[in-house]
Amino acid sequence: MVAGRIARALVPLALGAAVLGFWEWAVRAWEVPPFVLPPPSSIATALASDWRILADSTWLTLTITLQAFCLAVVSGVALAMLFAQSRLLAAALYPYAVVLQVTPIVAIAPLVIIWVGYERVNLALLILAWVVAFFPILSNTTLGLAAVDPNLRDLFRLYGASRWQVVWRLQFPSALPYILAGMKVSGGLALIGAVVAEFVAGSGTASGLAWRIIESGNRLNIPRLFAALFLLAALGVMIFALLSWVQKRLLGRWHESEVGRP
Amino acid sequence: MPDLLTVSGLTLAYPGGTRALDGVDLRLGEGEFLSLVGPSGCGKSTLLRIIAGLLAPTSGTLSWGRRPGRGGIGFVFQEPTLMPWARVAANVRLPLDLAGVPQAEADARVAEQLARVGLFEFESAFPRELSGGMRMRVALARALVTKPALLLLDEPFAALDEITRFKLNDDLLALWRAEGFTAVFVTHSVFESVYLSSRVAIMSARPGRVVADIPIPLAHPRTAALRTQADYGALCRDVSAALARAMGQEAA
Repeated sequence: MVAGRIARALVPLALGAAVLGFWEWAVRAWEVPPFVLPPPSSIATALASDWRILADSTWLTLTITLQAFCLAVVSGVALAMLFAQSRLLAAALYPYAVVLQVTPIVAIAPLVIIWVGYERVNLALLILAWVVAFFPILSNTTLGLAAVDPNLRDLFRLYGASRWQVVWRLQFPSALPYILAGMKVSGGLALIGAVVAEFVAGSGTASGLAWRIIESGNRLNIPRLFAALFLLAALGVMIFALLSWVQKRLLGRWHESEVGRP
Repeated sequence: MPDLLTVSGLTLAYPGGTRALDGVDLRLGEGEFLSLVGPSGCGKSTLLRIIAGLLAPTSGTLSWGRRPGRGGIGFVFQEPTLMPWARVAANVRLPLDLAGVPQAEADARVAEQLARVGLFEFESAFPRELSGGMRMRVALARALVTKPALLLLDEPFAALDEITRFKLNDDLLALWRAEGFTAVFVTHSVFESVYLSSRVAIMSARPGRVVADIPIPLAHPRTAALRTQADYGALCRDVSAALARAMGQEAA
């Protein structure tokens, strides 16, 4: 068991090390110019020497992503629960939520940035990242709330449960596995939203990781571009791992999706 | 035996005009164990839901001798219908929690009821960790934790294997004798209905109506030995014949 788990953790690491080694060797052997593909060693050097700038940018991107994600979770769950209370409200608002979802974020970003103003560009990034992250939570929670066991619903009625008791003791826990699945999607999307919005904002008003990538590209500082890319990927993986952990903790022993997993 | 409930002329028609029930008349004495037997689709479950107040009839009346209040009716569904996220004890405590019974009192009643269905040591298990029969016991404990005057059971053991079903039949009978509730038990098994009941009502195929009412005067306690006794066999034959007539009426 333990040996198996260690092997499972080591195999991808070993593969990564092998790929990095080959990359390092290939760039040197075939004399690839560093502005096309820098070797991993110079990316690591850029990561170390530009650490201050990169850390500030990572922090900014992370903050916006997490704020957008939290807003998306709260607003998505709240709106879905509201929809579950009133069919009329759901029928009236859901199509607009869909419109918001299917309109590409790149297309609405300039408008949002102009409305919010370049002097408050971080707020604009937050709004845009929220727009992207919001929908999976809304749609998954809506699905989860509709999946309540009808017999359990009858049982709550039989015992004279109040509306609040039905919401908190029945609908919310029934929807929880769906909400958590939505959160996993939404966490990744919040990061994508924050990055895409920053790309659109451009021109140094925002200074997150996306701007570092644009800037490094313009200056042909490709090792730093790769370093920023690496940090972005690391952020994404971290968010995913954190949400998987939360999912495991909350669903642990009762939900089929988590039972019997290592 | 004073009447707990008299059902008269109960009809349920769906918006399309299909009738699930058509003029059901039935009286239910206090402390009785009544089984409703009929072909599938005859509206047995529908009748049970109307009695529980989960469904409103199109016409007809329910008149209660003593109307059960909140928690006065327990319901056991065909599936255990437990909350998968809650441990066994929390599942059984649900009716008490919804009624705002103080924590300490609720815990004591849950422990007592779990002991009665033989699941005391499983109070902190999750439903998925239990067998089908054990889950059904949890559902029984939950239905009885409010000390209901009336227990409604909608084919509760139909999905269980025969060994488990026989065991649960005995447990249900023991609970009924100990706690003195009135039971309405929906089943499509003639043998199960005769074994359990003090009376069996036969329903005709859709639209459902009560077409025969057969008392079961077998003595208690009833045990496995009863299943091979002649008087048990004779009553099963009577109920089967009545059921056949009910279905024949439908065909004519």
